[in-house]
Amino acid sequence: MRYAAPTSVDEARSLLVDNPGSRVFAGATDLIPQIRAGLPQPSVMVDLKRIERLTSVAHDGGVWTVGAATPTADLTANPEFTAMFPGLSEASGLIGSDQIQNRSSWGGNLCNASPAADSVPALVAAGAQVVIATDNGTRTAPVREIVTGPGQTSLADGEFVIEFTLTDPPAGTSDAYLRIIPRTEMDIAVVGAAVRLSLEGDTITAASVWLGAVAPTIVQVAEAEAALVGSTLDNGLINEDTLATMAEAASAACNPINDKRGTIEYRRQVAGVITKRAAAIAADRALNGASR
Amino acid sequence: MNRTHVSCTVNGDEVDFLTADGTSLLDALRDELGLTGVKEGCGTGDCGACSVLIDGKLNCSCLVFAPEAEGTEILTVEGIAEGDHLHPLQQTFLEGAALQCGICTPGFLVAAKALLDHNPDPSETEIRYALAGNLCRCTGYDKIIRSVHEAAVQLREVAK
Repeated sequence: MRYAAPTSVDEARSLLVDNPGSRVFAGATDLIPQIRAGLPQPSVMVDLKRIERLTSVAHDGGVWTVGAATPTADLTANPEFTAMFPGLSEASGLIGSDQIQNRSSWGGNLCNASPAADSVPALVAAGAQVVIATDNGTRTAPVREIVTGPGQTSLADGEFVIEFTLTDPPAGTSDAYLRIIPRTEMDIAVVGAAVRLSLEGDTITAASVWLGAVAPTIVQVAEAEAALVGSTLDNGLINEDTLATMAEAASAACNPINDKRGTIEYRRQVAGVITKRAAAIAADRALNGASR
Repeated sequence: MNRTHVSCTVNGDEVDFLTADGTSLLDALRDELGLTGVKEGCGTGDCGACSVLIDGKLNCSCLVFAPEAEGTEILTVEGIAEGDHLHPLQQTFLEGAALQCGICTPGFLVAAKALLDHNPDPSETEIRYALAGNLCRCTGYDKIIRSVHEAAVQLREVAK
C-alpha cells in the first residue's frame, strides 16, 4: 500500500486511473477500521485533503460550495452556514465525537454509503448536488442519486466527489434533523429524520421528508410531504391530523432490519415519532427565521 | 509496503522519521518517536485513548496515516506539561483522583486541553459532550468532569 497526497483534482484523477485498486479518502474514519477488519488493502491511498478545492467552503451569489473533504467541524462552527441550514448543520455535527468531527466529511459520509449516514437525509432534503470528477472531466448529480445500497454507490471506478453545492433556502424555509440512538452520544442512528419546510404566512407550501437507517438507502416519505403541503399552522404548530398522517406514512415507508440497536417494530414506531418532532422544529424555524 | 519520510513538529521539536505508508500516526508516535503516552485502546476511533492535537485540532491518532503528519504540528500528552511543571489539568486529575488504571488518561488530558483552549469556561454539559469521544471504564467519569472543571477555574485565575 502506498500513500499519495495530490494537490490538484487532475493529479488525483491520474493516480486513480494509473493505479487499479486505489482509493480516495478524506478522514478515513470508516476506511481505516474497515481495512483493520479485513477489507483488502487499497494499492494507493489517495488523500484528498491537500487539494485546496476539496477543503474549501465558499458562499457566493446565493450558492454554497463545500469541498467534499471539508471537516464537518468546520461547517458546524460556521455561523452563517448554520443559520441557513440548521438541520443540515445539526446532522453533520452528529457524526461521531469531537475527534471524529475534525476528520469526518460530507464526501466520506456519502460515499461510505452507510444507510445510517446522518448527513445524507439532510443533504437530500436541502436539495444538495455533487460535482464529481470523472476520468476525463466532471459531472454533476443530485446527492440522492449517489447511494444505491449499503456500501454501494453509483460512482464509476476512478470517479470521486469534488464538492457539494447548495442554493440558499428561499424565504420562509428551514430544516431540522433528528435521530434516535440508544445512547446520548457516539452511536449510529436507529432512525434519522430530515424535514425541510417552506411557509407562506401560516401555510406550508413545500415539504421534503427523508428517513435514514430504516432501509438499504434513505427513503423519501412522499405521503408525509403531501400531507404537509397546503396545511396551515395553528398558533405556529402543525395540526394534529397532519402530524398523525405524517407519522403513519413515515412508519409505512420504513423497510428496516432487526439488529442490536433496534427491532423492526421499534424502528417503525420511532420513525413516526421523530418525523413529527423534526417537522415541528422545521416549522418553528421557518416561521421564526432560519436562525435559531 | 512503500515507505515515506515524514518531517513534522512534535511537542515543539522538529522531528523526522521513516514510516511504512499504512502505519497509523499512533504507531509511528509510539514506535518511531518513543512517545508511549499515546495509547491504543480500540484502534477504531471509538475510545479516544490515542487522542492528539494536529495543528491544534483534536484527532484520534489511530485514524490518521503517519504520512499525513507531513508539515503538521502535533501535541501529545508528553507536551502538555512545561518541564517539571504540570499543566493544571494534570494537577487537578492527580488531586481529584480522576484516574485509576490510567490507560485513558493521556487521551482525556489532550481532549480536555482541546476543549479549554477554545472554551475557557465550559458548563458541565459542554465538558461531558466534549469528552464523549473518550471512554473510561474505571472512574465513572464524575471525577474526570470535576477535575476538568477545576482546571478551567484555575486557568481562568491565571489568565486574569
